[in-house]
Amino acid sequence: MQHNLAITPSPHVRSGATTRRIMQDVCIALAPAGIASVILFGGHAAVIIAVCVLTCVLTEYVYQRLMNQRVTAGDWSAVVTGLLLAYNIPANAPIWIPIVGSVFAILIVKQLFGGIGSNFMNPALTARAVLFVSWSSIMTAYPNTVFMTGGVDTVSSATPLAALGKVFTGAEGASLADVGLADLFLGNCAGVLGETCKLALILGGIYLFIRKVIDWRIPVCMIGTVAVMYLLTSGFNAELTLKELLSGGLMLGAIFMATDYATSPQTNLGRIIFGVGCGLLLFVIRAYASYPEGCSFAILFMNVCSPLIDRWTAPTPFGEVKQHG
Amino acid sequence: MFGKHLFPGGIHPAEGTNGKAVNQRNAITELPAPKRVVIPLSQHIGAPAKAIVKKGDRVLMGQMIGEAGGFVSAPVHASVSGIVADIVPVTMFNGSEITAIVIENDFRDEWAPLDAPADPESLSPAETLQRIRQAGIVGMGGATFPTAVKLTIAPDKHFEKLVINGAECEPYLTADHRLMLEQADAIIDAVSLILRIFSVPEAIIGVEENKPDAIDALRRAASGNPAIRVQALPVRYPQGGEKQLIHALTGRTVPAGKLPIETGCVVMNAGTAFAVHEALREGKPLIRRVTTVGGLVAKPNNWLVRIGTPVRELLRASGGTQKGTRTLISGGPMMGTAFTEIDIPVTKGCSGILALGREAIDPEESPCIRCGRCMRACPMNLQPVRMDHAIRARRFDEADKLGVMNCIECGACTFVCPATRMLTQSFRAGKRIVTIRRNQQKAREEAEKAALAAKAAAEQSKTDGKEA
Repeated sequence: MQHNLAITPSPHVRSGATTRRIMQDVCIALAPAGIASVILFGGHAAVIIAVCVLTCVLTEYVYQRLMNQRVTAGDWSAVVTGLLLAYNIPANAPIWIPIVGSVFAILIVKQLFGGIGSNFMNPALTARAVLFVSWSSIMTAYPNTVFMTGGVDTVSSATPLAALGKVFTGAEGASLADVGLADLFLGNCAGVLGETCKLALILGGIYLFIRKVIDWRIPVCMIGTVAVMYLLTSGFNAELTLKELLSGGLMLGAIFMATDYATSPQTNLGRIIFGVGCGLLLFVIRAYASYPEGCSFAILFMNVCSPLIDRWTAPTPFGEVKQHG
Repeated sequence: MFGKHLFPGGIHPAEGTNGKAVNQRNAITELPAPKRVVIPLSQHIGAPAKAIVKKGDRVLMGQMIGEAGGFVSAPVHASVSGIVADIVPVTMFNGSEITAIVIENDFRDEWAPLDAPADPESLSPAETLQRIRQAGIVGMGGATFPTAVKLTIAPDKHFEKLVINGAECEPYLTADHRLMLEQADAIIDAVSLILRIFSVPEAIIGVEENKPDAIDALRRAASGNPAIRVQALPVRYPQGGEKQLIHALTGRTVPAGKLPIETGCVVMNAGTAFAVHEALREGKPLIRRVTTVGGLVAKPNNWLVRIGTPVRELLRASGGTQKGTRTLISGGPMMGTAFTEIDIPVTKGCSGILALGREAIDPEESPCIRCGRCMRACPMNLQPVRMDHAIRARRFDEADKLGVMNCIECGACTFVCPATRMLTQSFRAGKRIVTIRRNQQKAREEAEKAALAAKAAAEQSKTDGKEA
């Protein structure tokens, strides 16, 4: 009866939550957008997704084996990075683009800074930014969807965001009618492969929320801030605002990238500040900078601020300072 | 519905096999007294009791066999009548060795003369404290702080509210639940007596809402006394933490590093209140308690057990541990102590004996993913990740500054951690080291002060010498 009894310190029970389960949940949440991308952009989207995921997992495995570290490549976090990176690449990019991006994301951004939980910038976003500035002609050649005139083989002359930008700045001949609301929502518009179908992304976000993987603060504050800024600066043009919200990488970024645990604040107030900051920066870049899209850089900038935000918003221990009354 | 005051954080730990759901229906059953009882001289916080019997003495049930070893201490009593067989060191749940008095039971259950007060209502506070002290009553929720010491209020403090802890927020444990249900009148009687004797205006009994029958029973029993309120509390661990309970029931916050009396509250466990009732009404000392046996046992139950009964007897009466048992716990699964030696006696603070399976074995740690779940779970509003990083990097001053000393070791952070990190374990070690360092610092400062004083005195005598 007394054999094999273990002595361990309390607590003696656990919730059963694991890192792997959380990462699998994120993958499940990302699945609808992946399926949508294959429908919208065809088989090449699937190839890019597969290459990203495989390269990310393999890079993590090989690095950890070579460095004699415990191999955590099975925790699904590299799969998440691979999916996110793939979703940030145009569907018609040459195959070496996802390979270079994946190696950079995992090797440089994640592993060299200490592996899971220790990287201070989102690996997929950083890799996207590096690809973007290094091979900008490839990374901004957004193909049309199979449902658009010309199909995937043609490169879109103007993304919805560029068109909306013209409306916003009051450029001559620009019209809101150039961009269809339903097309934006369902993803029938030019863009990187995983960002276009907002319906799929929002479904994924709801799943993550229900599974308590993410809380509402970052996505709601980020999207809300963008909405408020566009409403205020466009003279309460609801149509323009709604179209801005459904354009570019905002949904993908707000739901899946800004909520990355390692690179966002942990406190509730910190998450609100972070979300608002991401939204403000995104608006400023989209509205006033030379890039039409600002999501990646906005989140990356706030990533760097999050340790500071955590420090500013550190909670006061229960019973400290505050006296009873 | 539950009042406005929620403490920060908190979790909902799941119940395993033979958890509360099974055991809350099992009425308290008296466990037959064993052939011999082993009564440790220290079953409380403070100085151990001193044995006042010797080998070969005949003792009666309820007779004091160890007297309090100081102010913060408690006496111990024989839980059976019989012969003192031995006075030997025994191993306790936490692995320490404590001297214990072994009594060979003569199965006559012959009570020592009980000194019941003629009229408990008219006892003075001092007399009451004396009786509670002589009865060996200590906090029976597990903390085992001597109750008489707790009720001794410093002259500059005010005892405004008596808070009765009936939360029983630990999974599996149902001993308090059954006691509140079956002995509601006795518990309310003790509360009324304390209010009257110590001139306390109000008592609040906090019970988690998953015990509606106990809440009803207590409300019925308390219906004649408007000063007593029974409050249902949300089911949230650690609702029964002293500071969390006071906050939930009164809205008052115990200042960090201070005791509940700072808020005018004294917190007493429901089981302790029952012991107070027995001491003041019948003059009976604390020689029995209710202990839940649950988890991987054939017949989980709530046993009324004599103090000093070996755990072996409890497990045997509960049908023995089942296949798959990997660890035995004294107390609840969140804060209890694992042990292997089943001849350890049941002590005053032993609220449960649990047999847990593989789930109780710590999984391998993985890197922190900074998800912040630990911070959200912490009922003390601490930052477990940062404290853990500081302690593991041996930056103890930083851990101290982050408030590690406020940690109540409830285990909520470790429970929720998806990276299965040993957070509570790290804080327990950190708190010890911070305490040692604080003491060393104090000693250093005192030594410096003494050295300065000595130097000044020497110089003074030198000048005195010159003058002379």
